[in-house]
Amino acid sequence: MALTRREFIKFTGLGLAASSLGMLGFGAAGEAQAAAVRPFKLTHATETRNTCTYCSVACGILIYSMGDRAKNALSNIIHIEGDPDHPVNRGTLCPKGSALLDVVHAPTRLKAPRYRKPGGTEFEEVSWDFALDRIARLMKDDRDKNFIAKNAAGTTVNRWTSVGMLAASASSSETSYLTWKVVRSLGMVVFDNQARV
Amino acid sequence: MTNTWQDIKNANVVVVMGGNAAEAHPCGFKWVIEAKIENGAKLVVVDPRFTRTASVADYYAPIRPGTDIAFLNGVIRYLLEKDAIQHEYVRAYTNAGLIVKDGFDFKDGLFSGYNEETHTYDKSSWDYELDEQGYAKSDDTWQNPRCVINLLKQHVSRYTPEMVSRICGTPQDKFLHVCELFASTAAPDKAMTSLFALGWTQHSVGAQNIRTMAMVQLLLGNIGVAGGGMNALRGHSNIQGLTDVGLLSNLMPGYMNLPNDKETSLDVYMKTKQYKPLRPGQTSYWQNYRKFFVSFQKAMYGDAAKQENDWAYDWLPKLDIPLYDIIKAFEMMNNGQMTGYICQGFNPLQAFPDRGKIRRGLSKLKFLVTMDPLDTETSRFWQDFGPQNPAHSADIQTEVFQLPTTCFAEENGSLVNSARWLQWHWKAAEGPGIAKSDIWIMSGIFHRLRELYRKEGGAFPDPLLNVTWKYTDPISPDPEELAKEMNGRALADLTDPATNTVTTKAGTLLDGFAQLRDDGTTASGCWIFSGCFTEKGNQMARRDATDPREQGIAPNWAWAWPANRRILYNRASADPDGKPWNPAKPIISWNGARWVGIDVPDYGPTVKPSDGVGPFIMNAEGMGRLFARDQMGDGPFPEHYEPLESPVENVLHPKVSSNPVARVFADDRAAFGSPKQFPYVATTYRLTEHFHYWTKHALINAILQPEEFIEIGEVLAKEKGIEQGGWVKVSSKRGEVICKAYVTKRIKPMQVDGKPTHVIGVPIHWGFTGQARKGYGANTLTPSVGDANTQTPEFKAFLVNVEKTSAPVAA
Repeated sequence: MALTRREFIKFTGLGLAASSLGMLGFGAAGEAQAAAVRPFKLTHATETRNTCTYCSVACGILIYSMGDRAKNALSNIIHIEGDPDHPVNRGTLCPKGSALLDVVHAPTRLKAPRYRKPGGTEFEEVSWDFALDRIARLMKDDRDKNFIAKNAAGTTVNRWTSVGMLAASASSSETSYLTWKVVRSLGMVVFDNQARV
Repeated sequence: MTNTWQDIKNANVVVVMGGNAAEAHPCGFKWVIEAKIENGAKLVVVDPRFTRTASVADYYAPIRPGTDIAFLNGVIRYLLEKDAIQHEYVRAYTNAGLIVKDGFDFKDGLFSGYNEETHTYDKSSWDYELDEQGYAKSDDTWQNPRCVINLLKQHVSRYTPEMVSRICGTPQDKFLHVCELFASTAAPDKAMTSLFALGWTQHSVGAQNIRTMAMVQLLLGNIGVAGGGMNALRGHSNIQGLTDVGLLSNLMPGYMNLPNDKETSLDVYMKTKQYKPLRPGQTSYWQNYRKFFVSFQKAMYGDAAKQENDWAYDWLPKLDIPLYDIIKAFEMMNNGQMTGYICQGFNPLQAFPDRGKIRRGLSKLKFLVTMDPLDTETSRFWQDFGPQNPAHSADIQTEVFQLPTTCFAEENGSLVNSARWLQWHWKAAEGPGIAKSDIWIMSGIFHRLRELYRKEGGAFPDPLLNVTWKYTDPISPDPEELAKEMNGRALADLTDPATNTVTTKAGTLLDGFAQLRDDGTTASGCWIFSGCFTEKGNQMARRDATDPREQGIAPNWAWAWPANRRILYNRASADPDGKPWNPAKPIISWNGARWVGIDVPDYGPTVKPSDGVGPFIMNAEGMGRLFARDQMGDGPFPEHYEPLESPVENVLHPKVSSNPVARVFADDRAAFGSPKQFPYVATTYRLTEHFHYWTKHALINAILQPEEFIEIGEVLAKEKGIEQGGWVKVSSKRGEVICKAYVTKRIKPMQVDGKPTHVIGVPIHWGFTGQARKGYGANTLTPSVGDANTQTPEFKAFLVNVEKTSAPVAA
């Protein structure tokens, strides 16, 4: 039976009371004590393979969540660690990656769209429809006003320079491709990402 | 990276210059330690600070920020003078022997063709002498004084060890010792790897910093080999991917260029992209450009992209200036030329230079949209946070939308790492509250706009109305469908013209970019990713870590662009006859019939060595370039220019002190400080406990490094009466930061042109949201000027003053 290190831990974890301690010779007393030990939480967790969101070493990580992905079981991430099968990080994580759980559950994670009126001093919560309808309206009004179809020489240039976008370098390539399609089909040229910083 | 992270272990010398891998890329840096322990490698660190990377180095040399080209040109001079180059490699694989045009010249800090008014070069003289067939003339004996190698020798002759030391502040003996260590890898079976990051890019000469080391590596025969290469240790988890997919002002996916105003039709556009070989029989792979372009337009516009409309060429926006980069964007905002700005996972109030200017620019917008998992400073630029963000909300008329997005743990998709690996990841949980994915949000904006244009009409809606959107769930397209679209598929049955048989059926996912056509029968959203998601499934999700000979390739783990090739230019790992230079660590070799080995050949798989095809197949001459032709804005050879804010004049040519083609806006130039007022050199950097401005939102990291500080040497601290942990005011012409001082032995004064020069380190991580204490942010101090080629801001070398101060009230 070929086991990776991680599977081995899981395997021994599951069989803890029944086998390991018994083999170590603790006997009945040991078994009773082991039974009283809180079960290793991760043995009941769902494991998901992912990649650290920080630098471009792109360490493999394992995300453990409670909930078995059944329809009404909302997953809650309880632990994140390095993926020992990953050929680059081999299970290790740095001080940033080791604390990924704290960024996933940061108190400053945003939960709902918010809007700030001109001159306002506070944000107010708004619906997605309000936010996206208003953004689309603002974009269209400006595009219709400032879109440059032809330059002074009469050449077709079809560009829009008065609204710009910065794209996210921690989003997936699939997100970025879809973003490219939307941005360029509007003619936007003030467009960049973190590659310059 | 040309090579992989694990391949670093094959190096004999590792040079970390322009980066601090031990602290910024710790889990990748383990392969440097592996090289030291298992391969006896020497680690060389050249850095203004004695970093943690330096603390485990075999040799450390200090350098003044912003003088790397002087150092490396000195290295080139040393290698040529001592004849410590890999001769056979340089002769066969680089343009050392090609002959440069007569008009090319360099004098008093300027290359031929400089225009004082526009601050640009006419680069027509920066090229080879061509023969009647249009091929570059060559002298394999290197006797001709106009050979690249001879012009290079002449160009670097000024960079003597004395001069290097005078400019860089590096003691001569240390500089020479570094040269000796580099030179040891000129042996055909020895390799040096160069690991660098923002320490090289964030300069007004950033691209040339990197290019100079690439030239060193070519001279030493270290490109394409195991344990060699130029390895950019990139920052964000998918910064490589966003560059590959072309989310930059001037780019299209797969490193194609967005057209400009002069390119009035597809044919005109294609004229500059023919890439006719400059030496007989060369591959010049960009000759396939039209196939990549037409296939991209088919992915973008489907049936609406037709031969008759030039494949919808006019639907792409055209540029009137080289770039609308971020420095330019904020200049436009400040001039009232912008209405709206969307910041998707990007926090420019923290990340871009001259924070005051960023805040003023955002205040002039009609609307700002932020999309982020976290509560960013940018989204709250309008709110008063005291001295760290002094804003008068009532005066700011900007409408702000703060949109909550899911994070990495809450989505499926792929990220491209530094080594060009596309790795798939899986969703572990839903996002908090009603946060939504970026895909959902962008699709939501798209559908609303398209609906408005359908109903109301408006400015040129054609591209918007015709862009393909055939996703199973158009409201939130599945990442797998998007990945397949980038990979590409056949739109009609593809036949092999030789046999007239169908090789690929219509609708089939392509195996790779070699199948792309320019007749509209194939579509591919990003040609370099073609092969990532084929009929065999999602190649990016592969998890077989087996590694032949444990040489650090792991060819079946995920998928690497291009064509699952792990070491770029790997043809150069073998000699001209196809035998590996280093028989102990071969990558590919010629077996008499084809190229075989542990990696996908970066070369025609059956091209015979005797055909004389060069290993640098993307270049028209097939060779590595010691002379860059017209590819760089600031010269075909690298030259030392002082940072825009510098404590000294350029001793080589005082009249052309800084980069002559750096783009500087008038208001930014007025905000440059002089050494009289601001006598100390400052450089920004990152701490190992923090990632940019995100981890201050994470409790553990906020506890580990809770508050803003600067790092200052003991000598200067004593001079200024600054105590360990005492409060200081650091100021530049643009603003001031009040924070604590960390007095350190890690930075020592340097003798620059006979004068003692002090360097101050400014970590970047604090702002006014999150769990750490409030900070002003390093970008309060930094100047708004970028690299002449890329416009990457000069964060690594600028001028400040520092003063002891008292603790702020209620700090």
